[in-house]
Amino acid sequence: MAVKLLGTKIGMTRVFREDGNAVPVTVIQVGPCVVTQLKTVENDGYAAVQIGYGEIKPRNSTIPMIGHDAKAGSAPKRHHREFRVDAKDLAGYQLGQELKVDALASLAFVDVTSVSKGKGFQGVMVRWGFGGQPASHGTERKHRSPGSIGSNASNRGTGTLKRGIRMSGQTGNKNCTIRSLDVVKIDAENNLLLVKGSIPGAPRSLVEISTPARLYRPKARKQRELEKAKK
Amino acid sequence: MPLNLGSIIDGVNKSQLKTDLPRMDVGDTVNVHCRIVEGDKERIQIFQGVLIARKGHGINEQVTVRRIVEDQGVERIFPINSPRIAKFEVVRRADARRAKLYFLRDRAGKSRRLRDRRRGLKHVAGLPTA
Repeated sequence: MAVKLLGTKIGMTRVFREDGNAVPVTVIQVGPCVVTQLKTVENDGYAAVQIGYGEIKPRNSTIPMIGHDAKAGSAPKRHHREFRVDAKDLAGYQLGQELKVDALASLAFVDVTSVSKGKGFQGVMVRWGFGGQPASHGTERKHRSPGSIGSNASNRGTGTLKRGIRMSGQTGNKNCTIRSLDVVKIDAENNLLLVKGSIPGAPRSLVEISTPARLYRPKARKQRELEKAKK
Repeated sequence: MPLNLGSIIDGVNKSQLKTDLPRMDVGDTVNVHCRIVEGDKERIQIFQGVLIARKGHGINEQVTVRRIVEDQGVERIFPINSPRIAKFEVVRRADARRAKLYFLRDRAGKSRRLRDRRRGLKHVAGLPTA
């Protein structure tokens, strides 16, 4: 059953596995999230669960939002997200129910979404890893320029550029999902989730943790092995 | 409530930090007991040498140990909290006046030795050595 939870990025550290291997991990404080609305096929056209996370002072919220959260018996929440569920699974959730990190306990992998660190307006070398132009051999004033962006022929004679040509522009500060991250540890007592590797965004930023939409192939293989071992 | 990020991370690391580490200072000669896993057998291998650098702190702390094998200097870097290291033993204490003893790499023969039992050792007087 798909689940999505909200959390806060805490930072990175390392964990030693039993075999002595060190694993780099990101610590995420997850939830507790409150179920603030249950969307049903009859009312909304689809079945989904809406969750709220994070404290906010009522005077910084809006009256409609305060009322919305109050319906679930909750104090106003700063962030709201929803995730789709099967209509028959909706009965498993109640308004005002707390979702904690143990909701992820059965997962070996998760997807993590958050907003990456903003880097401002960057050139193509930073933004796309272009190599730039030679330092010498007659190169003047264009050492970091992108070079050719195509000809009339490669643009099919349209006079406009092919779409998707990589150019300079705003870099980072953009929603970014890291798929199929290994769950290293779940600490239900402190609401902590440890995932292997790095995740987008700065510490203290909002993080969405969800059931993997689709696993990378090696991870999917591992998942099948895990399931087989369980049986 | 403001989040104290550092204390949360410390909480995660706490259970992994070793509590039975002896006092080791730069300059000391130490025995590092490494767990070597071969197939399903495990044995302990001892690496003895001079501790020439400590860097990092907390869970990331590492020590560099230098020894001479067949006239060839060998340096190994150990994460001190790694479970692959069974234990550390201090064999001999010595007086080092700097934090990193990289100058030992350029020394040969007798000059490679470090002074011991000097005024700088009062703080470790009485601590056990192997």
